[in-house]
Amino acid sequence: MLDWSPIILTLELAVITTVILFIVSIPLALWLSMTTSKIKSILEAIVSLPLVLPPTVLGFYLLLAFSPESHVGSFLENTFGLQLAFSFTGLVVGSVIYSLPFMVHPLQSGFSSLPSSLTEASYVLGKSKIQTLFRIVLPNMKQSLLTGFVLTFAHTIGEFGVVLMIGGNIPNQTKLVSIAVYDEVESLNYDTAHIYSGILLVVTFIILIFVFIRKNNTFNWFK
Amino acid sequence: MIKVNINKQLVSADSTFNLSLDFSVSKGSFVTIYGKSGVGKTTLLRILAGLEKPETGTIQVGNNFWFESKSKTDIKPQQRKIGMVFQDFALFPNLTIFDNLKYALSKNQSNEIITELIDTMSLSNLLKRKPNTLSGGQKQRVALARALVQQPEILLLDEPLSALDNEMRAYLQDFIIKMHKQYNLTTFMVSHDVSEVFKLSDIVLKLENGKILTSGTPESLFLEHTISEKFKVIGTVLSIKKTNAGLMVNVMYGSSVIQINSNEKETKNLNSGDKVMIESQLINPRIIKI
Repeated sequence: MLDWSPIILTLELAVITTVILFIVSIPLALWLSMTTSKIKSILEAIVSLPLVLPPTVLGFYLLLAFSPESHVGSFLENTFGLQLAFSFTGLVVGSVIYSLPFMVHPLQSGFSSLPSSLTEASYVLGKSKIQTLFRIVLPNMKQSLLTGFVLTFAHTIGEFGVVLMIGGNIPNQTKLVSIAVYDEVESLNYDTAHIYSGILLVVTFIILIFVFIRKNNTFNWFK
Repeated sequence: MIKVNINKQLVSADSTFNLSLDFSVSKGSFVTIYGKSGVGKTTLLRILAGLEKPETGTIQVGNNFWFESKSKTDIKPQQRKIGMVFQDFALFPNLTIFDNLKYALSKNQSNEIITELIDTMSLSNLLKRKPNTLSGGQKQRVALARALVQQPEILLLDEPLSALDNEMRAYLQDFIIKMHKQYNLTTFMVSHDVSEVFKLSDIVLKLENGKILTSGTPESLFLEHTISEKFKVIGTVLSIKKTNAGLMVNVMYGSSVIQINSNEKETKNLNSGDKVMIESQLINPRIIKI
């Protein structure tokens, strides 16, 4: 009988990461798209780091930071009672950092490509910045929002290096599908590895097809 | 009374210059801001709207200061009583035409004004459509109606008719005049088009290099002298043709073409596309009611 828990855990992690990143990325991307500040380039470079850095490097630094012996780790444990190393919460934090560019970049380009006259027209009509953001700006960049959602979701599902470094392989806590595949292959259980891999392949492929159909407007389903 | 005295440095691709303007207009005026592109016309509108900030100066509307650099007063665009029609219309693509109008309502404002504007601007058959399905002239009407929902005191129009053909232009100019009068607006319009300036405005501010070159009535600015017993229209030369009777000049006026007999002397420096004034002594005009 197949153990479904890695699959459920993976989906859970992907959903939570996507939601957190959406909330965090809106102000960040909005600021990046508007600012002329000197620290913009530095911040953009930091956001993009996970794109080029090997996941193991990121995982290694996170592991050091999460360790109860480090300043960050001891602070979190003493203040909030949080133990991030080898826990699901730690995985969430790691995923949020690891997938940051996949949410921020589409949102930032969405914000920049929207004509500034739309927001200005809204201000002139007496509407506040928040009202304008939720009623005019976000509804007019649905394509960017969707791209951000899907890429973040899919990228979190595909995580391996970071998870291995900071999560380990604890069933029901940190054992994601990608880890489970590795585990099963190590134990020469090719049949189970096949099933896990197949599920991951199908799920991510369907997600990507959905994105490209929407992008190319092949069908009018989602209009 | 609207008093404007502002300074702002403008940086464009190939030059930097100071926008330095000082003028006042009385309430209810129709003011045209005229001049070549890049002289600061749109910037002036944006400064009036509060979308851009001058470095120094004051903007006074009635007894209120909308901007005063000394006391650091700078009323937000949200709180200035303005309506603005943007060059690209800036209709919200995600909302239907009706929702675009409804969005403009302020808190606790009743729907009545929308019904009225739909009626005066003939928008009733467009209400359920989205902006991207509308023609230029239709978008223009919606943008104008939306700018008036909050019943502003000042209407700002940024080259509202530049993208339209002559017939649609003439039609919408009539709408603009109608709105200007009906809602007691003080209107500022950016325009390149001399005939439009003549038809609509009371006062023209002619801008050059960030300064007001001249200001006054359209007649005083564009005609050398004003002679009221003459009949005159401003039009565009379409073509000049030789006929048996002499030279025939075709002039476009509004959406109609006028043919005028002329001679070599008059047409010497005339080319098609030139703006011309046609004048005639009113010796024996007839007026026919239509």
